[in-house]
Amino acid sequence: MTDAALPARDGASVWRRRALIAVPYLWLLVLFLAPFFIVLKISLSDTVIAQPPYEPVLDLANGWQGVKDWWAGLDLENYGLLFEDEIYWRSYLSSLKIAAISTFLALLIAYPMAYGMARAPKSLRPTLLMAVILPFWTSLLIRVYAWIGILNPEGLLNQLLLGVGLISEPLYIMNTETAVYIGIVYSYLPFMVLPLYSSLEKLDDTLLEAAADLGSPPWKSFWQITFPLSLPGVIAGCFLVFIPAVGEFVIPDLLGGSETLMIGKTLYNEFFLNRDWPVSSALAVLLLLVLVVPIALYNNIQARELEAAK
Amino acid sequence: MTRGLSPFNIVSLTFGFAFLYLPIVLLVIYSFNDSQLVTVWGGFSTRWYVSLFHNQQLLEAAWVTIRVGVVSATLATVLGTLAALTLVRMGRFRGRTLFSGMVYAPLVMPEVITGLSMLLLFVAIGLDRGFVTLTLAHITFSMCFVAVVVQSRLLSFDRSLEEAALDLGCTPARTFFVITLPIIAPAIVSGWMLAFTLSIDDLVISQFTTGPGATTLPMRIYSSVRLGVKPEINAICSILIAIVTTGVIIASIATKRAEAERLKAERAAAAGR
Repeated sequence: MTDAALPARDGASVWRRRALIAVPYLWLLVLFLAPFFIVLKISLSDTVIAQPPYEPVLDLANGWQGVKDWWAGLDLENYGLLFEDEIYWRSYLSSLKIAAISTFLALLIAYPMAYGMARAPKSLRPTLLMAVILPFWTSLLIRVYAWIGILNPEGLLNQLLLGVGLISEPLYIMNTETAVYIGIVYSYLPFMVLPLYSSLEKLDDTLLEAAADLGSPPWKSFWQITFPLSLPGVIAGCFLVFIPAVGEFVIPDLLGGSETLMIGKTLYNEFFLNRDWPVSSALAVLLLLVLVVPIALYNNIQARELEAAK
Repeated sequence: MTRGLSPFNIVSLTFGFAFLYLPIVLLVIYSFNDSQLVTVWGGFSTRWYVSLFHNQQLLEAAWVTIRVGVVSATLATVLGTLAALTLVRMGRFRGRTLFSGMVYAPLVMPEVITGLSMLLLFVAIGLDRGFVTLTLAHITFSMCFVAVVVQSRLLSFDRSLEEAALDLGCTPARTFFVITLPIIAPAIVSGWMLAFTLSIDDLVISQFTTGPGATTLPMRIYSSVRLGVKPEINAICSILIAIVTTGVIIASIATKRAEAERLKAERAAAAGR
């Protein structure tokens, strides 16, 4: 037990320990966890044109009667709307589809990259690792913006392809679902490469040598040894791409067209354009319910790794 | 894995890195384009950089962004370090699972949810939206990234140094400042830089939690990007890319040097024994 090295010698150190835990704990409790309950509450309220734009508002000045009135005013109406109105449930389904396909495409590009990095000479690896991390430090907005100049009908990609003579008509990739796939794969590629690399780098060469000595062809060794051993990296990478991609807003907003429905964009527009706080809260609650299983699984993996490292 | 690179490995690395870097490189090149039409090359020019410095709105937004970035990164570093110490050093306590959940969840939480929920909190407690709410929101999501960075450093270091100090009669508080803090300092510095970068890059959470008078650079960039690609935007993006790239490279060189120094000192100490 790590605690043993710092035994609680006296009352003062016990209090110091508690205070140390309390500061970050309370911060996250108030600014991260409590807001979710407020979202839940507002998702049960009704939209009104007022400030704040929802009712009922809890009025403690009226005492117990105020609490009762407030409770009676809450209902599931907004959730009913989410199931009735096509645009909402289609946004959910299409977000899940786009995120799943992008995750798979990212894995297809990232795996050979991570594999190459793990096989590179040891002296070269820190540089390659740095090169993967560097784009992650650059703003997502800027990286997505860079693609607009490339994918536009009169953009650089079309200029190149028309110039070479591969196509005679400009390709209309901008404002389509294809552009969204490109944007997500591009933006989240480092998240896929890094966990893959760290699991491939640890791989023991002697296993592959033994397989080769016993006559296993390289592709068979790959599927029977390398890939299964890299599975923790594959799983971590897929979670790291899939979860944020489902709720992505900037990419579908800037690269996707009006027919590309994604839940992050629908929520954002519901809030900023329609000013409908209760419906956007209901959308957020359902999005969280969709993601709670992958997030919990991911947290579990993180916690287990932390325990293993101790 | 230490076997050499096959042609297939070289091709996949080249393709992968070209995919990662080509869009950014093209963006920077076209920021020096004289033509008003962003995709037609009209000769080399720095005029878009010059016109940036006459754009009052952008300059104001940049100033807000830097202030929020510095304040939020500093507080996030303190809170994130405390969170990392709590996770690694405090052993079991009631509510530990909830705590680690709250530290890891913001890392993958969709920004629209974080942004909306924090805004609704600020409205519920009657806090006027602006610089303060923006900073509070940035501290909250970036402290978790700091916690993860510092935590990995805390996990990898030799506890015997601390134990020795305690055995020699050093108080726990003094041990922390004399032994622990210098050892985890590189992680704290990179945590601060990560928090600062996350803060100056953030768009979605800022859109939700800001108010009048606190418009950040990404918000300004976003509203003009929606109207189309502009050479001036290429220029401001190139400046941001240059700042971040230089910062990251300097930090990594400094960390590597510090690590080498430490190894040398350790070896010298071992030889002296």
